Amino acid sequence: MSEIIKVGMADLKICKSPDALTTLGLGSCVGIAIRDPITKVGGLAHIMLPDSTRIRNNTNVPKFADTGIVELVNQLVKAGASRSRLVSKIAGGAQMFAFQNKTDLVRVGENNVHASKVVLGELRIPILAEDTGLNYGRTVIFYPETGEFLIKSVGKQEKVI
Amino acid sequence: MSNIDINEMSQTYVDVLKEIGNIGAGNATTALAQLLNCKVDMKVPQVKLLNFGEVGELMGGEEQVMAGIYLVVEGDINGSIMFLLEYQSARHLVSKLMGTQSEGQEFTEMEMSALKEIGNIITGAYLNSLSTLTGLKIYPSVPDLSIDMAGAILSVPAIEFGTLGDKILLIQTQFSDEIELDGYFVMIPDVESYGKILTSLGITM
Repeated sequence: MSEIIKVGMADLKICKSPDALTTLGLGSCVGIAIRDPITKVGGLAHIMLPDSTRIRNNTNVPKFADTGIVELVNQLVKAGASRSRLVSKIAGGAQMFAFQNKTDLVRVGENNVHASKVVLGELRIPILAEDTGLNYGRTVIFYPETGEFLIKSVGKQEKVI
Repeated sequence: MSNIDINEMSQTYVDVLKEIGNIGAGNATTALAQLLNCKVDMKVPQVKLLNFGEVGELMGGEEQVMAGIYLVVEGDINGSIMFLLEYQSARHLVSKLMGTQSEGQEFTEMEMSALKEIGNIITGAYLNSLSTLTGLKIYPSVPDLSIDMAGAILSVPAIEFGTLGDKILLIQTQFSDEIELDGYFVMIPDVESYGKILTSLGITM
């Protein structure tokens, strides 16, 4: 029996096929799904903020793109994934409110997406697909078996990237 | 920069916020009753300091569709305030206010505008009590609305809290007229403002 493991906000989990991973209601946060297509080990991180070095309370590793993605990769490798085969898909980073950019946290969603891409780039993990930005929330399910990343939103058709 | 760590916020502070929440929600109830021209009851608000993961569950799951009204606050304190209302409650309030009975999934432009106004009045009543109690000047911006999954809407205040710690502070208020309306306030003062609120109330940190 396969199960779908839930990943909370500022959290990360890994699993092996046929299990899957999900995170519900991604808003300005970003969901980063990484897998090894051969061993079918996969992981999902739900990050909230781009950069741990700019925050004083930064001990919560999965909360930040920089520390969260690195930790996810470490756990995947420990679970039998090959570091060099890892590929990724990302979703989220919406701007939920039109004037959100007025606050000092300028365009948080956009920054989260950008930071995630930078970190994945530094780690040389290709981004195969993304569904980011815009102004609506997303629930995602990641299947390490196929690499499918299912995205559900309110009042919109489900899609797979 | 002030040294407030939201993870270790004192019980006194939570009590103060609870009291402000009480008065604020009381005022908000009065405002709502005047707006709808009917009797509105309110339960004692609950102030909760929650981990990020627990917030969605409190509101019936991260995928629960909610209406979130969000305002930026400026003046002596800076930050933002959000009022969340469960989708059906929002529907009910809007039909009551406008005297319409639309059953569609989507809100019309006019209904969205009405919802923003409801949020404006309720958060305004809340901010008024905060301002009166503390003597601080608080100017809210125009409201903005998002109808989406609870998790997605809450990611906005959660991220703002996220720069301070790993918890989110939430005031849950239950209003009822003919049906029960579950409303939630999320108040997010920036780091300096926490100190200002406490100091103005004569609390030393």
